[in-house]
Amino acid sequence: MNPVNYLYLAALLFTIGAAGVVIRRNAIVLFMCVELMLNACNLAFVTFSRLHGNLDGQIIAFFTMVVAAAEVVVGLAIIVTIFRSRHSASVDDASLMKL
Amino acid sequence: MSGGALAAAASTTSTGEALQFWVLGTVAVIGALCTILMRKAVHSALCLAGTMIILAVFYLANGAYFLGVVQIVVYTGAIMMLFLFVVMLVGVTAADSLKETLKGQRWLAALCGLGFGILLCAGIGNASLKTWNGLGQANSGGNVEGLAALVFTKYVFAFEITGALLITAAVGAMVLTHRERTERARTQREQSEARVRTGRNVPPLPAPGVYARHNAVDIPGLLPDGTPSDLTVNATLRGRGQIRDVSREALAELAALEQRSQRWLGRKGNGTGKPSGGAGEPGTSENGENGENGENAGSAPNPRGVAK
Amino acid sequence: MENLIGLLVAVPLLGAALLLCGGRRLDGKGHYIGTVLAAASFVIGAVLFADMLGRGEHDRALHSKVFSWIPVGGFRADVAFQLDQLSMTFVLLITGVGTLIHIYSIGYMEHDERRRRFFGYLNLFLAAMLLLVLADNYLLLYVGWEGVGLASYLLIGFWQHKPSAATAAKKAFIVNRVGDVGLSIAIMLMFTTFGTFTFAPVLTNADHASEGKLTAIGLMLLLAACGKSAQVPLQSWLGDAMEGPTPVSALIHAATMVTAGVYLITRSGAIFNAAPDAQAAVVTVGAVTLLFGAIVGCAKDDIKKALAGSTMSQIGYMILAAGLGPIGYVFAIMHLVTHGFFKAGLFLGAGSVMHAMNDEVDMRKYGGLRKYMPVTFVTFGLGYLAIIGFPGLSGFWSKDKIIEAAFAKGGTEGWILGGAALLGAAITAYYMTRVMLLTFFGEKRWGTTPSPEEPSAEPAAESAGAHTEPHPHESPSSMTIPMIVLAVGSVFAGGLFSVNDAFLKWLEPVTGHSHGDSPLSAAAVTAGTMVVLAIGVALAWAQYGRRPVPRTAPRGSLLTRAARRDLLQDDFNHVALVKPGQYLTRGLVYVDHKLVDGVVNGTAASVGGLSGRLRKLQNGYARTYAVSMFGGTAVLIAATLLMRAV
Repeated sequence: MNPVNYLYLAALLFTIGAAGVVIRRNAIVLFMCVELMLNACNLAFVTFSRLHGNLDGQIIAFFTMVVAAAEVVVGLAIIVTIFRSRHSASVDDASLMKL
Repeated sequence: MSGGALAAAASTTSTGEALQFWVLGTVAVIGALCTILMRKAVHSALCLAGTMIILAVFYLANGAYFLGVVQIVVYTGAIMMLFLFVVMLVGVTAADSLKETLKGQRWLAALCGLGFGILLCAGIGNASLKTWNGLGQANSGGNVEGLAALVFTKYVFAFEITGALLITAAVGAMVLTHRERTERARTQREQSEARVRTGRNVPPLPAPGVYARHNAVDIPGLLPDGTPSDLTVNATLRGRGQIRDVSREALAELAALEQRSQRWLGRKGNGTGKPSGGAGEPGTSENGENGENGENAGSAPNPRGVAK
Repeated sequence: MENLIGLLVAVPLLGAALLLCGGRRLDGKGHYIGTVLAAASFVIGAVLFADMLGRGEHDRALHSKVFSWIPVGGFRADVAFQLDQLSMTFVLLITGVGTLIHIYSIGYMEHDERRRRFFGYLNLFLAAMLLLVLADNYLLLYVGWEGVGLASYLLIGFWQHKPSAATAAKKAFIVNRVGDVGLSIAIMLMFTTFGTFTFAPVLTNADHASEGKLTAIGLMLLLAACGKSAQVPLQSWLGDAMEGPTPVSALIHAATMVTAGVYLITRSGAIFNAAPDAQAAVVTVGAVTLLFGAIVGCAKDDIKKALAGSTMSQIGYMILAAGLGPIGYVFAIMHLVTHGFFKAGLFLGAGSVMHAMNDEVDMRKYGGLRKYMPVTFVTFGLGYLAIIGFPGLSGFWSKDKIIEAAFAKGGTEGWILGGAALLGAAITAYYMTRVMLLTFFGEKRWGTTPSPEEPSAEPAAESAGAHTEPHPHESPSSMTIPMIVLAVGSVFAGGLFSVNDAFLKWLEPVTGHSHGDSPLSAAAVTAGTMVVLAIGVALAWAQYGRRPVPRTAPRGSLLTRAARRDLLQDDFNHVALVKPGQYLTRGLVYVDHKLVDGVVNGTAASVGGLSGRLRKLQNGYARTYAVSMFGGTAVLIAATLLMRAV
């Protein structure tokens, strides 16, 4: 088997995650889908690292994880705040930006 | 982990890894699909955790030992727990409707997803990698040492900035969720005095539950005319919509269901319950009788189990 | 010495800045500051004059460059001054008469609460006028030209609370603008023809340019001169400009600013000499205006407007002389200077009379004032004798020379021009005698009319209007002294200039001079002038001196009525310019409404409609935006792959 298959898997997971972002309304699930996409990217980076024979890809994946952690912290804080004020975690309810 | 990783340049992986990829890869895709398709957020979170663990295994298979462990510890262990925590906060039992409300959203999503996936795969196929280097040489001094050497030399600046980012995120989360108390919390004595002064709800709030049989906190107590009283259940449960429905219609439906089941079981419905003639317009007394004899006002999910 | 030239302009400019920006704390002493600075300017001018006299005849011009103003590639404009005999003459006239009129204004404007501002404007005018005559290039001259226009506008409309004054100021400004367009076009033509607009290179190279171009430049300069000097066809503003305070009329609209056109033509003499067609236009304008102004002056009952007509006519003489070429330049300037004296004196006298008569301007309500205002009578009378060309007085020396030069033009043209000038002299004698008789002689016609509002009221209503009855008195010394000085100038200036042809020799290095071959001898011309003079005076005496003057003007002949309306100039302008202009603007407004607005509104409506539809894409749902991002990413990947494939 060629390790390129990992890349196909990553592409598939990324697409699934993106589709999830688009079709789900629950902000928490939406966030999980974003995490899924980030993980797919990480898998791709790790595979690239192996293909190229150096560790830079793994470093990038490592940084991605850190940034994802930061993002999750802030994102969930926002969700909690919104839920507290609107009693709903649906992203469709937060649609005040239209006329 | 795999033989291919040790070779300087290889063209194929070991059969074991291939087998592992196909089995675990399938599971990962199923997990991902379940993540986006489950109605309850907590299920989605669990499926995602499973996918992440499988990804951790793949990291290990690709020679990223440190990242594999970090994936399990940080992602699955910390971040997913954070998710679950928020899910609990928002309401663990709340199930989303999967019915689409935006016109054309599904179709557009399907179209974009298909196009995106196909194009991405085409791009990967277009790259046509036949051989690869493997991490044998890079990992020769140890994977963690190799990463550390890079993080603290080539990427030290990014590393520092990431640290600043984490601090900022932590402060941001605190700022976002923190609510400043602008006045002293009132003591119990002051609260009761205020109640007496206004003359409303002078005695304690009424207890939840219907008579003595159902005193679960999520079941509202009934007023003399049979309507449920919102005062009897906790405001948080009320806010989450986790109160069991004991309205007149719901109870009537239950009574009808019970009658049908008893008839189906070949028993006489009249012996224990009221005649079904008044199912459409049950009186106040019906609740009382049902509550005592049929217990149908209580556990709605399983009326038959408790009905004798 | 060169540095003093800049100071000449800077001193009154400083005065203007001080008085206009100084605010109320200068109210009490503003008029002294203005007068002292004007006098200082005169002193500087006198010092420069003395210095100039000390040098040789061809070594007298001074040049002083202050700074580079607009150096852009081949286009160079400097703030630089040129002081030659011609400029010197103007400098002395402007600062001298200007200072006298400043002194006069102290008394005349005594009761005006905006006196400080008035003196600020006067100083501004002095600075601009000096800039105009001292500039060494046409562009800087243009700055001064506009500056005097602005000062004139501000001063005509000084009593802006009167709608008539405000309108007159606007009229003067707008008519001047037509002339200014001529000057700016002339400057542009000069730049394209000569590559510069500094006097020296333009005038020395004038012979080398094509005659067509020179004619065009000359005609444009003439247009400018017509606007500033109130010559036909741009003459209509001068009569209305009399709405301004009388010192302003004396300084700006008689002695100095209105003569700027004469200066311009004389200064550009080399261009006109090389363009006979332009010269013919100049003499035509001059001849027509001198008769036009004189006829208007005959019919006006308003003393200032009669004098304004006279001014127009006298400047016509100057323009005529300047158009004659080298035969006439010197006499144009000489008449300009003597006219500056006697006309300023006449206006100051008129102001003094008005001052005494409660600002009454109708001469038919004067009469017999010589007993009440002896100083004014004597000075005004000397000015009168000077302007009609009484032998020995200033006007005689200068006007006679112009008539002589007109005949010297030669041929039929010479006879026509000379005849016109002679006829003008006769009419001048007539209308000035009329003014004199109506104002100072005859029985008094004031005090018996109850109020100006009811001029035809019966003497029975006398008691009702008793409080408006004027009590003529002599003006204060601050007003009489300038009048006396100007009267002295009116009497002696012409003679002084003519001793040994002093003025001719003084100006000749700048303007050049040639004697034409006159068909008539100088004595014959003088004799003819005397005859027409006597006829004019006699006519006026027969009409106004011998019999009582009606208090309300008789209907008069057709010509009189037309002349009262300034020979229908405003009607002509209204029909020929204002009406077509209004139709044009109405048409343009229609086009603007229907066509331009239609396009604009149509564009706006279509953009609005499109946006209304596009707005539906912005439905506020984050997920819709996410889908578009998703699709966009897919398109990006497709584009990348395509680029790689290609």
